Amino acid sequence: MTTGDAHIVVDDLTMKYGEVLIQRDLSFSIRKGDIFVIMGGSGCGKSTLLKHLIGLVTPSTGKILYDGRSFWECSAPEREALLRNMGILYQKGALWTSMTLAENVAMPLRQYTRSSEREIRALVEYKLALVGLAGFEDYYPSEISGGMQKRAGLARAMALDPQVLFFDEPSAGLDPISSKLLDNLIVELNRTLGSTVVVVTHELTSIFAIATNSVFLDAETKTMTAQGHPRELLEHCPDPGVVRFLTRGERDT
Amino acid sequence: MPALQLTATTVAGGLSVSVEPASDPSRAERSFAALETQLNSLPLGSQIVLVGSDTLNIDSTTVAWLLRVVRVCNSKSLKWSTRDLPLSAQRLLELALSVPERKGARRIPRSDSFLETVGRGTLLLLHTIREWFAFTGELMVELFNLVRGRARVPVRDIWQTLDQCGPSALPIVTLISTLVGVILAFIGAQQLRQFGATIYVANLVGVGMLREMGAVMTAVIMAGRTGAAFAAQLGTMQVNEEIDALKTFGFSPMQYLVIPRVLALVVMMPLLCLYADGLGILGGAIVSALTLDISLAQYYYQTVSAVHLTDVWLGVSKSVVFGILIALAGCLAGMRCGRSASAVGTAVTTAVVSGIVSVVLCDAVFAIITEVLGV
Repeated sequence: MTTGDAHIVVDDLTMKYGEVLIQRDLSFSIRKGDIFVIMGGSGCGKSTLLKHLIGLVTPSTGKILYDGRSFWECSAPEREALLRNMGILYQKGALWTSMTLAENVAMPLRQYTRSSEREIRALVEYKLALVGLAGFEDYYPSEISGGMQKRAGLARAMALDPQVLFFDEPSAGLDPISSKLLDNLIVELNRTLGSTVVVVTHELTSIFAIATNSVFLDAETKTMTAQGHPRELLEHCPDPGVVRFLTRGERDT
Repeated sequence: MPALQLTATTVAGGLSVSVEPASDPSRAERSFAALETQLNSLPLGSQIVLVGSDTLNIDSTTVAWLLRVVRVCNSKSLKWSTRDLPLSAQRLLELALSVPERKGARRIPRSDSFLETVGRGTLLLLHTIREWFAFTGELMVELFNLVRGRARVPVRDIWQTLDQCGPSALPIVTLISTLVGVILAFIGAQQLRQFGATIYVANLVGVGMLREMGAVMTAVIMAGRTGAAFAAQLGTMQVNEEIDALKTFGFSPMQYLVIPRVLALVVMMPLLCLYADGLGILGGAIVSALTLDISLAQYYYQTVSAVHLTDVWLGVSKSVVFGILIALAGCLAGMRCGRSASAVGTAVTTAVVSGIVSVVLCDAVFAIITEVLGV
């Protein structure tokens, strides 16, 4: 497989939970600066693929390479360095509930940088302002809405200025306006910071609004059935399942 | 919602099944059984026409009965037609059949044989034991890293957990241990009165509390209170993906979540145990003073002469080990919790049950060791 300017390469990956096959023979690459969408119907293994990409689950077979380095073959310090370059926004925000928003964002900064407490506070305020949460530094996650929790989760994901940002179902549980705001934020972060963005979603509006590249995972065949820009897939994809998905079942071929 | 009466009439090439409301459910079931027999005897490819008048009330029960007939026809490879049914019935049937049943999705009920049940249980037990060892091993590695200064443990969390495990548990420990002392004194008094040796109630309560009951009762309280809380806290963090977030930031959940809890309980358990010992003895003293005419001074001197420092150390040492076991049981259940809300409930139950079982097992081991060593 040619890696070229690929940032992340998934090479012949097979995912299983115990004996249950989730997806097999996945091979694709994510270029630097892409907004890469992993799409597919419910239960097709999108979130599981994300868990593999962020090193939470070991692949059954195959490799995941970050700038040519395999996550699971790295030494512990190298793996830690790779993790530092990833920012992850989980489906439910996954903020640490015993800490305030400021402490949530500050935790990785305290662990991995030598910044003074004053500098950390300034960074925290800046990151929270970026996601529209200025003034909410001393709130606990339970005191703010679901949409705000997600944005705070994004501020924490961006704390260490990661090269790759992963989003797991960013629109899940959000109203259309909050969802749109989050989409805009993703595009803006990608443009201004040049971060590679990987998004797992099945929200068609989001997919067409943000994706520069995508893969489609099929739940029936348990394989990747399409790769490309969603609009191109909509026009030219030979797989009827992909077209059905992209048109909400309104067009069969 | 009445059931359906199904009446089959033989026609050329198959059956015509007339559908009408049944007067009672048993009659409807009999008509279905009769129809099933008739369908079984038909050759493959026969045509079944379902017929119902427009006045037939179409509700969920009607469609469910029609679906039963259609399923039997499909399983016998018979052709069926709904064109003589009311339009709404045709549409609802069509809707119910529009997504075909996924192959292999239907669960076939099966009952395990005795050997299978025993085998499954044994494997589960082995798996649990392996998990305990693996978790203890991970904890040891992280504690070793902590001693070498290669691990960071959040000090604030240790203080918070110390507060949860210690001062917050005092009211319940006070109540239970005083009552245990009172109960021991009453039981002892009943027996010892027969020999005129009621003064030895002090020996019974003193030795009983210090060697055994103080540590065990505190452990049981802490398993139900703190062990369960640990499992619920970590389980909820697992459900909310907070533990995943820790891992992907490169923080070890063992260092950040487990070690503070284990350390807090190891520090607090002996203190609570000593507190429980004192209150238990006080409970015994009150009973003796009120019902046995033993003054507090007499009771005190009798207790001091009966107990040894070894008894105190034994109880305290036990409580340290019990603390580790309870914290491990709670944290292990929480860390291995599933991803659903109901999994948190299961994790809490597992934490309490395994905490108490491990405490009692360990106490039995202590009893054997002290017996052998003559302590």
